[in-house]
Amino acid sequence: MKLTKLLTSAAVALGLATTAMAEDKTKVGFVYVGPVGDGGWTYEHNKGRLAVEEAFGDKVETVFVESVPEGPDSERVMTQMALNGADLIFTTSFGYMDPTINVAKKFPNVKFEHATGYKQAENVSVYSARFYEGRAVQGHIAGKMTKSNIIGYIGSYPIPEVIRGINSAFIHAKKVNPDVQFKIVWAYTWFDPAKEADAAKVLIEQGADVILQHTDSTAPQAAAQAAGNVVTFGQASDMGEYAPFPRVSSIIDDWGPYYVARTKAVMDGTWTSVNTWDGIGAGMVGIGEISDAVPADVKAEALALKDALADGSYHAFTGPINKQDGSAWLAEGETADDGTLAGMNFYVEGITGDIPQ
Amino acid sequence: MDLSAINPVLLIASLMVAATPLLLAAIGELIVEKSGVLNLGVEGMMITGAIAGFAVSVETGSPYVGVLAAAFAGAALSLLFAFLTQFALANQVASGLALTLFGLGLSALMGQGYVGVRPPEMARLDMPVLSDLPVVGPILFSHDPILYFGIALTAGVWAFLKFTRGGLILRAVGENHDAAHALGYNVMRVRVLAILFGGACAGVGGAYISLIRVPQWTEGMTAGIGWIALALVVFASWKPWRALLGAYLFGGINVLQLNLQAAGVAIPVEYLAMSPYLITILVLVIMSADKSGAPASLGRSFHASQ
Repeated sequence: MKLTKLLTSAAVALGLATTAMAEDKTKVGFVYVGPVGDGGWTYEHNKGRLAVEEAFGDKVETVFVESVPEGPDSERVMTQMALNGADLIFTTSFGYMDPTINVAKKFPNVKFEHATGYKQAENVSVYSARFYEGRAVQGHIAGKMTKSNIIGYIGSYPIPEVIRGINSAFIHAKKVNPDVQFKIVWAYTWFDPAKEADAAKVLIEQGADVILQHTDSTAPQAAAQAAGNVVTFGQASDMGEYAPFPRVSSIIDDWGPYYVARTKAVMDGTWTSVNTWDGIGAGMVGIGEISDAVPADVKAEALALKDALADGSYHAFTGPINKQDGSAWLAEGETADDGTLAGMNFYVEGITGDIPQ
Repeated sequence: MDLSAINPVLLIASLMVAATPLLLAAIGELIVEKSGVLNLGVEGMMITGAIAGFAVSVETGSPYVGVLAAAFAGAALSLLFAFLTQFALANQVASGLALTLFGLGLSALMGQGYVGVRPPEMARLDMPVLSDLPVVGPILFSHDPILYFGIALTAGVWAFLKFTRGGLILRAVGENHDAAHALGYNVMRVRVLAILFGGACAGVGGAYISLIRVPQWTEGMTAGIGWIALALVVFASWKPWRALLGAYLFGGINVLQLNLQAAGVAIPVEYLAMSPYLITILVLVIMSADKSGAPASLGRSFHASQ
């Protein structure tokens, strides 16, 4: 009796000791939609994770699971992370929105951060970057660079984030080249190199000499390179291995500072649920080096546009802008409010085709 | 809608490229099934071939060595299946499924260091004069060598099954292994050779995706082509030319639906996306309405003492 009691208390003490030790470290989990080596979206989120490790060293422990399918399966992964003692979990794709909310309900003491979504909760923050500001710069360069006046666009899913990008790129391409036309193909995937390559090839065959992509792999870059005279832009990451041509510039997502700040907040106990949406100005969206394949004057204009977007003197959606059906959306000088942008489900005037419902 | 934007010549040229991995895998599996073995591990062997071919051509700088390595890798993996089903007499369905799962995992492990790497390019065959012919040039005479190999293989397999003694033995083993055994043929040897051939073909098919069609390595990049190849063999009634037709049909509609999307056709994208599967199955089901059935011994284990 005495012996068993002794053993039990020893076990309890031991258990307490290990938990106490574990609590010294802040555990941060990351759920990725693609492999960390995709060279695009997930690659940049993983760079953010490494930035957290570098900033806090021994005080933090990070874990990640890659290639997690969007949907119910991700719920299992998040639950497992929370059960393993994660204090903060970043879920880094739009499709994790409802699973994140569901799991967050079950673990009120764990903080969650969901990327690119719009559902907040007591312990769920949302964060995203104003990629459309980068798309504006891209659209400007694309409109100037195209000779066939056909720009191909590989969309992933018809969600507001992607539609915003298409609209922003189109508005700014049209501004510098009134004859420009967008051909849009929906790949229905964030990451499937074979599909993305096929989509890029089809667009090139149909005359596009600029390809914009909202999917995460470098396969369209490879297809453009094989075609020889097609311009591309890096998506989510610099994709610099295809510079200076076909990749002439890129949109770079820089999550590092945000991840470090949020981890710090959890450590200090100051974490609250917030809605962050930062752009070029705050450094969350970066424009990759514009290569020499772009004429100097176009490059200068693009950089000026970038600076105007950064200091807030220009908004990427400034009126007059009509919707696709011709009805007025923004009056002269009016800028779009964040609410409309967050839920954007329409094309602007001049884009042909329908958004799949 | 602007259908004139679709260039039929380029469409046909690119559908041939899209169909080739499927064709290679299907022709390999056709021989395996003709010998009376059902190997569901096509997907696993393809993806293993994809990474092996990719890794070797990156290391050696030669895509041809890579394709050869992919054939070896596919065959090596199928040897495991041959051992399980022919020597250990394990269930073929279960072993095949295990092979697919194993291949997917193994390839992901082998591919760790190769994500985002660019492979050496395989030059297209540039035939003077012929490649420059209008219409016929881009369709027939300006592809990579593996694509022609795929067509030649189809012809070769057809001739082998129809005209050679070896083909007759293979079919005999597949139709009735007891009778073949009684005639003095080594059933096990025939089947192991058929399985190895199937593995090598699947491996080359996988390498075609990672080296030529995409070209890049990513986990799970075969994305179900192996399963489609399996279905194709059945719907093609175990006939090589029908497999070729089915593969081109599938590849063609796949490319066409992207073309239609880009041309702005007002059909919901979801219908377009499922159309390759639907139409391929439909056409092949109608075609297989004749009496040609499966090899009679398909999927049954054989042991000389039974």
